[in-house]
Amino acid sequence: MLKRTPLYECHIDLGAKMVDFGGWEMPIQYTSIIEEHQATREKAGLFDVSHMGEIIMKGSSSRAVLGKLVAADLDALAPQKIAYSFFTMENGGVVDDLLIYMVSDTEYFLVVNASNTDKDFAWLKEKVAELSPEVEVINYSDDYGQIAIQGPCAQDILQKLTKFDLSLIKFFTFATITVCEEDVLVSRTGYTGEDGFEIYCKPSQATELWHALLKAGESDGLAPIGLGARDTLRFESALPLYGHELSADITPIEAGLKFFVKFGVDDFLGRDILERQVAQGTTRKLAGIEMIERGIPRDGYRIEKDGQDVGYITSGAFSPTFKKGLAMVLLQTDIVQIDNEVDVVIRDKKVKAKIVKLPFYKKVRK
Amino acid sequence: MGFKFTKNHEWVKIEEGTAYIGISDYAQQHLSDIVFVDLPKVGVKLTAGKVFASVESVKAVSDVYAPIGGTVIEISEALENAPELLNENALENWLVKIEPADIAEADALMDEDAYTVFCQHAE
Repeated sequence: MLKRTPLYECHIDLGAKMVDFGGWEMPIQYTSIIEEHQATREKAGLFDVSHMGEIIMKGSSSRAVLGKLVAADLDALAPQKIAYSFFTMENGGVVDDLLIYMVSDTEYFLVVNASNTDKDFAWLKEKVAELSPEVEVINYSDDYGQIAIQGPCAQDILQKLTKFDLSLIKFFTFATITVCEEDVLVSRTGYTGEDGFEIYCKPSQATELWHALLKAGESDGLAPIGLGARDTLRFESALPLYGHELSADITPIEAGLKFFVKFGVDDFLGRDILERQVAQGTTRKLAGIEMIERGIPRDGYRIEKDGQDVGYITSGAFSPTFKKGLAMVLLQTDIVQIDNEVDVVIRDKKVKAKIVKLPFYKKVRK
Repeated sequence: MGFKFTKNHEWVKIEEGTAYIGISDYAQQHLSDIVFVDLPKVGVKLTAGKVFASVESVKAVSDVYAPIGGTVIEISEALENAPELLNENALENWLVKIEPADIAEADALMDEDAYTVFCQHAE
C-alpha cells in the first residue's frame, strides 16, 4: 500500500498523473513537465513535498552528537540558520544528504530524503544510542505537511498570505511565522535553483494552505508542479539527488560538493578520507556533458573516450531550459576538461558529447 | 485500408503498396512532451514485433516495435526536427515509410474500434 500525503486529494482534483515514488503515491505531472518547468523558471511553481522526512534531535548534548554524524561545521551555524550537509560513513560515502535547521544547540530539525527516511532514522537511533543515550531522536515525518513555492514570483505570492516581512528570511534561514492565520515554519530553501520557500505545517493545515497559495498566485502564473519537473529543475541546477550523484559509494568530494563539506572541530565519520580527497584529489569526479550529436543522455548510460570506459551518467535528461540533452556524469578525473569530447553509449551506439561546466543553469540569488 | 494498431500502441497504414508506421494517440498522451525520435536508416529491414526505433519524452525512453516487417524507404525528417509534432497529431505524423514484406501481417492487428476498446481496458 503506497503512502499518501495530506494533499493527495488536491492532486487528484487537479488531474495529476500519479506514480509510485519511493513508496509514496505522488504527482509526476499535472499538465506537462516542460510547461511546469518553465512556469517555475519564469513565474512560480507549487510543490507538494510532504513526503520528505523530518527528524528532530534534542537533548543537552545534541550539538556534540550531531557533530559526529554530519560533515558540517556546526559552530558556524546559529539558531534560525540552515546548513546543507551529509550523514557520512567511515568510507566517506553518504547515508543521505539533508538540511539541518538549527533551533538551538540542544535541538536540531533534520530534513531528509523521503525514500531514505526509515533508513536514516534507524541509522541515527543506533549511532545516537552509542554516542549519548541522553539525546532523543524522533521521527516526526507523519506530523508534517510540506509545501514548496519556488520561482521569481514566489516571495510576492507568499507575501500576500502573511504580515511577516519575508525579505527578513534570508537564503538558508527560517522563521516560524503566521500564514493564513496558522503558525508554520518557513525557510528560504528549495530544490529548483530558483528563489523560493519551503513551508512546514501540520498535515491538517496543508490542504487549506495549498488552495490559498494557488489562489494567491493565480494572477502571477503560479502552477502546481509534479516530481517530473522537480527533477529537471534540480538537474539543470546540478543539485544532487541521493542514489544518483551521491550514494554509499560516492563521496561528496567526488560529487563536486566540496563547498558543502566543512571541517570544523568535530571528528565526523569518514572525515580523514574526505580531508585526504580534498588535499590529494579523487580519481573520479562529477562533470557536466552536453550532446554534440543527436540523442538524449540518460541515467546509467556509459561514457567512453577513445573506446575506453571512463564513467557513467548519474542523471541525464532533455533540458527544458536549454532544449538539448544534458547529463551529469561521474568521470575519470583526467578526462574532465571543459570541451573535451566523449562518447555516450546510447543503445549500443556511440554518440558524441562534450564536457561543459556545472551547473548548467545558475540564477543570481537575492 | 484504415489504421491498424498493435498492443504496443503503434499504428500502420498501407496505401498503394507502401506502409506508414507511427505511434498512437494513446502512446503520445502517455509519453507526454516528446522531445526526441531515434529512427532507423533507410534500407534497414524491420521484423514484425521487433524494436526498430525509440521515442523519448523529457524523462523516459519508449521503444517502438514494428507492426509489420519490411524495408525502410523513408524516415520522417519532420519528426527528427520537430518531435513534438507527435504530441500535436500522432496519427498524421508517421515515423517511417516501409516497403512491406508481407501485407497480410497487418491482418492480425486491431482495427480502430478494437484498439479503442483495448485502450479503455488498459486504463
